[in-house]
Amino acid sequence: MIRIANGQGFWGDWLEAPVRLVEQGPLDYLTLDYLAEVTMSIVQKQKQADPNLGYARDFPPLIGRIAKLLRQRQVRVIANAGGVNPIACAREVRRLAPGLKVAVVLGDDVFPKLDSFIEQGHAMANMDTGEPLSTIREKVLSANAYIGAFPLAEALATGADVVITGRSTDTALALAPMVHEFGWKMDDFNKLAAGTVAGHIIECGAQSTGGNCQADWKTIPDFANIGYPIVEAEPDGSFAVTKHKGTGGRVSLDTVKEQLLYELGDPQKYITPDCVADFTTIQLRQDGDDRVRVTGIKGYPATTTAKLSISYMHGYKAIGSLVYSWPDALEKAQVADRIVRERLLNLGLTFDEIYTEYLGVNACHGPAAPAVEQIPEVQLRIGVRGADKKAIDRFTRELVPLVLNGPPTATGFGDGRPPVREVVAYWPALVPKDLITTHVEVVE
Amino acid sequence: MKLPLHKIAHARSGDKGDASNIGLIAYNPANYKIIEREVTAARVKEHFGDLVAGDVVRYELPNLGALNLLLYEALGGGGTLSLRIDAQGKTMGAGLLSMEIDMEESELA
Repeated sequence: MIRIANGQGFWGDWLEAPVRLVEQGPLDYLTLDYLAEVTMSIVQKQKQADPNLGYARDFPPLIGRIAKLLRQRQVRVIANAGGVNPIACAREVRRLAPGLKVAVVLGDDVFPKLDSFIEQGHAMANMDTGEPLSTIREKVLSANAYIGAFPLAEALATGADVVITGRSTDTALALAPMVHEFGWKMDDFNKLAAGTVAGHIIECGAQSTGGNCQADWKTIPDFANIGYPIVEAEPDGSFAVTKHKGTGGRVSLDTVKEQLLYELGDPQKYITPDCVADFTTIQLRQDGDDRVRVTGIKGYPATTTAKLSISYMHGYKAIGSLVYSWPDALEKAQVADRIVRERLLNLGLTFDEIYTEYLGVNACHGPAAPAVEQIPEVQLRIGVRGADKKAIDRFTRELVPLVLNGPPTATGFGDGRPPVREVVAYWPALVPKDLITTHVEVVE
Repeated sequence: MKLPLHKIAHARSGDKGDASNIGLIAYNPANYKIIEREVTAARVKEHFGDLVAGDVVRYELPNLGALNLLLYEALGGGGTLSLRIDAQGKTMGAGLLSMEIDMEESELA
């Protein structure tokens, strides 16, 4: 049996979580998931500004902080912290933790190859809209293939204490040590699917141990010291989900089920580079306090395509808000919204979208929100998006004047006009798998 | 009798592009058949009204006593494009739990 924990559900997750996972109990592997769909574009920009950057900058200091403990307790780390510059990330880790052996997995970054892919006849059509990549080619900021567990297992085989990848799948981080330790093969579909499901359960950190859990949330103990998830994996593909003793949170059928369904599409076709997992075969059983056993998982052969995560410059947006108080709070906010729209029209400004919400009334649930009779206050929130940065910038001047020249009791304008932000959008696409080649490098 | 869904089920939601995904889970697996009968794609679409511009597609996971609902064109473009406060649909699951469902008292486990 091996213990695999996840101490980071996204870049920006709780800094103490990975430290506590290593400190507070037995562990063999610590995984850290830093990448969301648009993170690659952010790190790409950082690399363009400074060729020594372009990775998750929280990661090297973390390893520096826990290096001694990792050594003492024989815990190995696997993280997709490399962004678009895994080598630079590895060098910084080596600088802060000279005693650790570091390996990187390369080959996910296909940005330099995009034109040759197009020349070879690969349209890289957007999986949601069907449009070919050529329509936005010159706006592309980054392009990365999702890497599965086998290249990561190859990196573990070098004996590295720390394995750094670029755009690996979230689930590969947990599956890789199982492949490495148990010698699973590429056609062990049921086992690969089981490891993938384990990875899915822990990839969002505390979301499987009581965080963001709707079921009986008021009774979940000690959120302040919530334990992050640990998978105890067996060579036969069965596993248990648990957390360190004495930590806060909860591992129950409810918390695990909620996470299993999180960001799920067709449950019978959970597609990764390693296999296709069938979530309708998962069997759960409570196996003591804060411990759920998972068995029965069926899997199928991986598809013949590799998924690309492409980001591109889409345009600009700005979102501003004002607060109106009782009486007639909602009515005042609605009048203010009409005024803003009329003034934008009078200026001849057009946008791809103008969107208005009334926070405190129905912004989250729309028509499904319960009715409120007397609204104490409401936040009017107006957003605009478009290609013309000047038009967006002009919009940001149109909210604050309403405090003096619109309906009464407008407040909440303390931060002045809202910032204009770049919109970097996500373009998922498929290419034949053989276009993607990976290799492992040990960084001295 | 009529009952709000939150009496017998819990939920978690997130995003898949511009689609909101809601996992709806019966607290007691014996009540799965009630949510399977009552929480149809059409009723979910009606519940959220103009918040969901596209189709609602439903998948069943009887092994977990759960449904997976995909609400297309529900997040104002999704990801970084969305101008919505809940751009990733984090609250959509909770929003579904206010839906009223119909059942016989005797069938409630």
